[in-house]
Amino acid sequence: MKILVPVKRVIDYNVKPRVKMDGTGVDLANVKMSMNPFDEIAVEEAIRLKEKGVATEIIAISIGEAKAQETLRTALAMGADRAILITSETEVEPLGVAKLLAKVVEEEQPGLVILGKQAIDDDSNQTGQMLAALTGRPQGTFASKVELEGDSVNVTREVDGGLETVKLALPAIVTTDLRLNEPRYASLPNIMKAKSKPMAQKTPADYGVDITARLSTLKVSEPPKREAGIKVADVDELVGKLKALGVA
Amino acid sequence: MMKTLVWVEHDNASLKDATLAAVTAAGKLGEVHLLVAGKGCASVGEQAAKIAGVAKVHVVDDAAYEHGLAENVAPLIVDLMGHHDAFVAPATTTGKNIAPRVAALLDVMQISDILSVESEDTFTRPIYAGNAIATVKSSDAKKVITVRGTAFDKAATEGGSAAIEQVSATGDKGLSSFVGAEIAKNERPELTSARIIVSGGRALKDSETFQQYIIPLADKLGAAVGASRAAVDAGYVPNDYQVGQTGKIVAPEVYIAVGISGAIQHLAGMKDSKTIIAINKDEDAPIFQVADIGLVGDLFKIVPELTGKL
Repeated sequence: MKILVPVKRVIDYNVKPRVKMDGTGVDLANVKMSMNPFDEIAVEEAIRLKEKGVATEIIAISIGEAKAQETLRTALAMGADRAILITSETEVEPLGVAKLLAKVVEEEQPGLVILGKQAIDDDSNQTGQMLAALTGRPQGTFASKVELEGDSVNVTREVDGGLETVKLALPAIVTTDLRLNEPRYASLPNIMKAKSKPMAQKTPADYGVDITARLSTLKVSEPPKREAGIKVADVDELVGKLKALGVA
Repeated sequence: MMKTLVWVEHDNASLKDATLAAVTAAGKLGEVHLLVAGKGCASVGEQAAKIAGVAKVHVVDDAAYEHGLAENVAPLIVDLMGHHDAFVAPATTTGKNIAPRVAALLDVMQISDILSVESEDTFTRPIYAGNAIATVKSSDAKKVITVRGTAFDKAATEGGSAAIEQVSATGDKGLSSFVGAEIAKNERPELTSARIIVSGGRALKDSETFQQYIIPLADKLGAAVGASRAAVDAGYVPNDYQVGQTGKIVAPEVYIAVGISGAIQHLAGMKDSKTIIAINKDEDAPIFQVADIGLVGDLFKIVPELTGKL
């Protein structure tokens, strides 16, 4: 079974994003970029399924500017077999990404597509669900455990009250939550090897997909600042403050 | 006037609070209709009809909807969207699971986790873990929206008298089935709707000390218990306690962060709390930059003393 793993190049999760003065967006110039953390977990899960002999081939795919190939090389260095880069100079919304991925799914026929549950830049949490809708496949979102069983997959999902397990008919779409696994680091020899793994270069036009944005961003602003707080000297003073707040 | 369909979150017996904020947000768009889909969920339909500001409640009672499986629920909603202009769901794990599937079937972009309704096509939403707020305008004919519960007041649960209409089921799509659930036992207030939250971090050392120090303080205050991702990953508490970008977004009146350094990821989940109180031994911890009241010191001394004096 083939596994398709979409990965996104995003601002590194340790960086505190800065809003541009002109309110057009977040300043990404000279900011460290990395693979979206949830996507690393998706790549790791695919590799583990290959190590168990369940998966035969792992295809990593990314949609975005040309630099996204660095993100794909990371996926290849972790253990993906080949990569597809769909370049677009404009930002592609989750709906557009899902439509492009649906075309690739049609072409490659993966048994599983494993995506991160959300990208830490736009925080949408939509692409996996949209891809499932467009391909008519079942979805196992926010997965903390994935177990293949013949022609179905059991996915344990992190839901608000705790955990829930669903059984999905294959082929299926899974999105990863943080606790699914601990992603591995790529070793230096594997990083070297990744350089010679195949990477196909495509454009949205190759798939005949219209990626015109449906949402326009009118403004990006800083969240309201909190006023500077005070420090109290001891527990008695803290108790006094809690009483003043009416909670003690 | 727009007609908005709101997803009612429930457990087939009672309506969940998260629905109420979604009703308020939907009311800003136009006429509010609710959808109660489940099995044996008639009582939820009755509760829903009493919510203030609701014009109509669509009830569909069928085994295919018992567990809210997106594969079965999304086609049902798409059918109802033939005569609605917007679909609104609370940004809970259920809402986040279903709404994008509906949006793609309708060929529209979803607007996730909105903080405000500026007009019927313009909304604000947090991006970059809440470090920026985007104002977005949708050009889609139909809107699919998820609502951040803490950003809207809850609609009153009494005072409404909406008509209840039975809807026919669209059937089981046979793509997925429910196997089981492990719901964490929690006698305390629910995290996302609690007035006070006491949250513990990695500094609590282990599961035992978390129980020993955080729980009595929370119980004294009648507070819900939360945790940072570090505390969850270290196994001190189950993951549904996690507050943050990847966990729950909370905005209680008082948030007490004990032994939490205040990583960006955690702040994303709690920085809209009305008053933030931090107890941490490191006076340079980032949590003190957002805390209204800070106390620098050893939590293992401070917390028992505080609990004792309350």
